[in-house]
Amino acid sequence: MSAGESTYVPKSGFARWMDSRLPIMRFAHDTMLTYPTPKNLNIWYTFGGILAIMLVFQILTGIVLAMHYVANDKMAFDSVENIMRDVNYGWLLRYAHANGASMFFLAVYVHIFRGLYYGSYKAPREVLWILGVIIYVLMIATAFLGYVLPWGQMSFWAATVITNLFSSIDQIIPHLGTAISTWLWGGFAVGDPTLNRFFSLHYLLPFVIFAVVGLHIWALHVPGNNNPLGIDVKGPQDTVPFHPYYTVKDGFYLVLFFIVFAGLVFYAPNFVGDVENYQPANPLVTPPEIVPEWYLLPFYAMLRSIPQKLVGVIVLFGALAVLAFAPWLDTSKVRSMRFRPMMKPFFWILVLDCILLGYLGANRPDATWNLGGIEISLVWPARLGTAYYYAYFLLLMPLIGLLETPKPLPDSIAKPVLAAAE
Amino acid sequence: MRISLPLGLALAATLATGALAAEAGLGHALPPKDVSFSFEGPFGTYDRGALQRGFQVYKEVCSACHSLNRVAFHALADEGGPGFTEAQAKAIAAGYKVPAGPNDKGETTDANGTPLTRPGILADHFPAPFPNDEAARTANNGALPPDLSIIEKARNGGAHYVYSILTGFGEKPPAGFKVIDGKYYNPYFEGWNISMPPPLNANSVTYSDGTKATVEQEAHDVVTFLAWAGEPKMEERKRMGFGVMLFLIAFAGVLFLSYRKLWADQH
Repeated sequence: MSAGESTYVPKSGFARWMDSRLPIMRFAHDTMLTYPTPKNLNIWYTFGGILAIMLVFQILTGIVLAMHYVANDKMAFDSVENIMRDVNYGWLLRYAHANGASMFFLAVYVHIFRGLYYGSYKAPREVLWILGVIIYVLMIATAFLGYVLPWGQMSFWAATVITNLFSSIDQIIPHLGTAISTWLWGGFAVGDPTLNRFFSLHYLLPFVIFAVVGLHIWALHVPGNNNPLGIDVKGPQDTVPFHPYYTVKDGFYLVLFFIVFAGLVFYAPNFVGDVENYQPANPLVTPPEIVPEWYLLPFYAMLRSIPQKLVGVIVLFGALAVLAFAPWLDTSKVRSMRFRPMMKPFFWILVLDCILLGYLGANRPDATWNLGGIEISLVWPARLGTAYYYAYFLLLMPLIGLLETPKPLPDSIAKPVLAAAE
Repeated sequence: MRISLPLGLALAATLATGALAAEAGLGHALPPKDVSFSFEGPFGTYDRGALQRGFQVYKEVCSACHSLNRVAFHALADEGGPGFTEAQAKAIAAGYKVPAGPNDKGETTDANGTPLTRPGILADHFPAPFPNDEAARTANNGALPPDLSIIEKARNGGAHYVYSILTGFGEKPPAGFKVIDGKYYNPYFEGWNISMPPPLNANSVTYSDGTKATVEQEAHDVVTFLAWAGEPKMEERKRMGFGVMLFLIAFAGVLFLSYRKLWADQH
């Protein structure tokens, strides 16, 4: 599966016997040890490994939590409190799992923006990129389902808001949307059947993610890693074996990442949470504000900036779908932003745009900015931010690729300095 | 990055100067009072004296209306808690009547029709003052006294918010603000009309350790107790966190040196 010849030599009789039947050791050797990796990968490339570890971490903590959790609308909230109080290290498992979701998304956002910056979605890595988009969508679904399980106020109302999005289909085909919502709920409102199926799916989807991650890594190992220069590997002088060079480098940054993670779990375990979710779900009381977790706020801002519900829903899902088309929307001949002087500032504006949309998503829909006596509804910056997000992919990517004159590329990864001097 | 930096600054300036238009006016809750608690900060622990005094305030005052459904009696003797001995916790539990029945004859009430009860044991949770929400509302002018088990994690401002509510009574409402009949003025509560009557007075309880029972002292103590009730594993969490942090930082150091040595010939 990896590029290049296999260098695996079975060392024992059993290994030789196994190698001619199921060459699993050869596979592990070629993909995890000798895999030729560009020698110029920087800190932003360590997040792929971090994400793989976080997925396993979430699955392991989740499996143990599921042993103590009760998916029942009368008992779910208390069962979570029971985990926090009377299960051995239950508080640790639960805080690690809940904050782990946030850290997982933090890492995936760095990973996605890194891919956009260095052009990792461009040929020959289109399938790798699309698999990544699928993983991201599955992660959003899994995180949303998991957020519902503690059955607090925000769990319940988030489930209500999101499942109600489907009822907007009524505007095209009358009754179809409502029928879909009812089907999703297993009743006429969010309730016990909803909680049960959400738990079932929350347990299922991580294993689907795990499988797609396998494909993602497979699709990575065929063309090999992109790199900050965005040029192809020319030969062995450009690469180092994955082990020990990147196991140690990724390991170091993984531990730094876990220091931040541990800081949250042990010293600010409720920092990213919402106080409303420490109140049991109550269908009769709507919280003052219904907001998703921080990692979904930009999409929430997009949704709320559009008055027409169905259009808002299309804009929300379109923002995810448009990512999958990036490989064909980008017309540039070079991959890395390092050599794209015209496009680079627009990339950073996109980063700021997403942060701005996140900020707007966290505010009340009727909030305003007071700019020198003029009241501006936050809906307007949210619309502008949404427009820029789409424009980045649909206008800037195709146009600037044609207009821009890229800087000269270095000859190879091993001799970038020489090339720059010529 | 050339264009983006000034643009970023401009954006930041916009956010700073264009402050969100506050919903000014009457009824908007004041920010919580700034008091300090022993359990704050990365090394903060619960003050045992405050926990025991706070438990007394909960038991003698708050528990008349507020449940503590999620706290078990055994927690009173657990490490990181109020520091009662197991015998003391057993005695406290035995002082409560918890619902019992049916008995071995299948009866759920005694001859007078009163539901059967038995003395509490360590495994029991604090019994609620009312049998159900409807009974609680009926006894409290239509308002439902919230369960206090995780009250400080369920409110923005946490311990400071609860302290401010408890000590926020007795001020004169500003001109133009109408206190609704049957409600009480408390500017730290959103809407300023709170259904809870002022719960604490000087000497509401008599502390056995000689601490003077002012309203502020009682509030501070019971807020500490409720912080523990909501987060009983906090001390264990911070202690473990310290060890985990030390290990991770040392491990990062080792990995960094390995990384430097390994890559020395590659850069």
